[in-house]
Amino acid sequence: MSFIGQVVQWFLNSAHWQGDGGILHRTVEHLIMSGASVLTAAVIALPVGIAIGHFGKGGNLAINISNIGRAVPSFALLVLAAQLFGIAAAAEFVGFGAVPAFVALVALAIPPMVTNSYVGMREVDPDVREAARGMGMRERAVLLRVELPIALPLIMAGIRTSAVNVVATATLAAVVGWGGLGRFIVDGLGLQDYPMLYAGAVMVAVLSLIVEFTLAGVQRLSTPAGLRPSKTNQKEEPVGTARDIAVVAA
Amino acid sequence: MLATGVVGAVEDPWIRWSWISGHADTILAALIQHIQLTLIAVVFGLVIAVPLGLVAWRSRLFRGPIFSLTGILYTIPSLALFAFLIPFTGLTILTAEIGLVGYTLLILVRNIVVGLNAVPDEVREAARGMGFRPFAELARVDIPLAIPAIIAGVRIATVTTIGLVTVTALIGEGGLGSLIYDGLLREFHTPLVVGTVLSVALAVVADLGLAGAQRVITPWARARVTP
Repeated sequence: MSFIGQVVQWFLNSAHWQGDGGILHRTVEHLIMSGASVLTAAVIALPVGIAIGHFGKGGNLAINISNIGRAVPSFALLVLAAQLFGIAAAAEFVGFGAVPAFVALVALAIPPMVTNSYVGMREVDPDVREAARGMGMRERAVLLRVELPIALPLIMAGIRTSAVNVVATATLAAVVGWGGLGRFIVDGLGLQDYPMLYAGAVMVAVLSLIVEFTLAGVQRLSTPAGLRPSKTNQKEEPVGTARDIAVVAA
Repeated sequence: MLATGVVGAVEDPWIRWSWISGHADTILAALIQHIQLTLIAVVFGLVIAVPLGLVAWRSRLFRGPIFSLTGILYTIPSLALFAFLIPFTGLTILTAEIGLVGYTLLILVRNIVVGLNAVPDEVREAARGMGFRPFAELARVDIPLAIPAIIAGVRIATVTTIGLVTVTALIGEGGLGSLIYDGLLREFHTPLVVGTVLSVALAVVADLGLAGAQRVITPWARARVTP
């Protein structure tokens, strides 16, 4: 049987779908871990980034935090968290490691969100802010009804970057003893079970692409109608400038 | 080997200096391999990204597909990408490098295109008026002016690659990642800390070095603030 045939066969085996180690459970695990990490990171990071951007103080911190975040390997972060928060050295290796994985993923997700929300707030045209004040808006209204809506697309870009990154790194968490879809890859590697390895890679890749495309769509929808790029206003900016700090890999 | 403290008789400190001095060779070898893996990835990434970037810049038809493909490659988690390759290329440096090169492409291609797009039309007009042929215009006007954006891309690609190289420890390569992995497998803190610290330091040094290189080769851009 061809290799692809073996992979298809692996997927068709209903035993691989059921139970605690099955595809369904692993997928749910992966999604819950990723979702919880991104949400937690957002609760921590967004207020910080928005506040720094709104008050205009500490901008260097907001920018540097993403550079530092990029320099720390996510794999090292996972292993460090695993040793700080303990993995089971004992025989029951698999199944532990949810806490270290969560901590590492939250730490990983924070920098892009802080930086992007900061940049988003900073990029609000000062004239627009002035105009809002001139119309008699109070500070709160300026923040909630002017600055935040204008900054929203970039804030969403930060969430998207973090989310894609977290889904990818959650795969690596299988190495430090956690579950998720990465288990199929890590176990496939360990057992030299290549159909399982390949099936795991397919599932992880598909999940990542779904998350990326979904959040890209959400990001587009979050752009206020007046700010959507028109035909005449389509400018791409280089990766690494403020607008596209949105790129990090795991 | 039991000196690693796994047994629990002695608390394992975060840094055991005696291990470091006793394993200087191992650490140096890991560092050198890390630099080699990174260099190969970024150089090959550039070799592929420059023509791709030029095509994407000149041709609207190919721009979409090139951006989509490199974007998809970038989105697939590294472990999955390696897993896709292993049945064919095995646990080899080739598997590691194909994956690492793949991750640099999106960053490099995008910055090349953006840098070239940012060249003002008047400059190009002037070059043509001075009698530059298309190739000379590209080589002596367009590309030099795009250098700051391109180097910004190389910096991000390099820092990202340095981080990703650690993951290749799982497929038998790894550079400093092999120290980190070793620390995980033996639950021994010192190699983990050494690998992490050196990896971060390498990323910082590479980033600063490239930033310095850019200042040297594009003196005209110094006045401007580069990202």
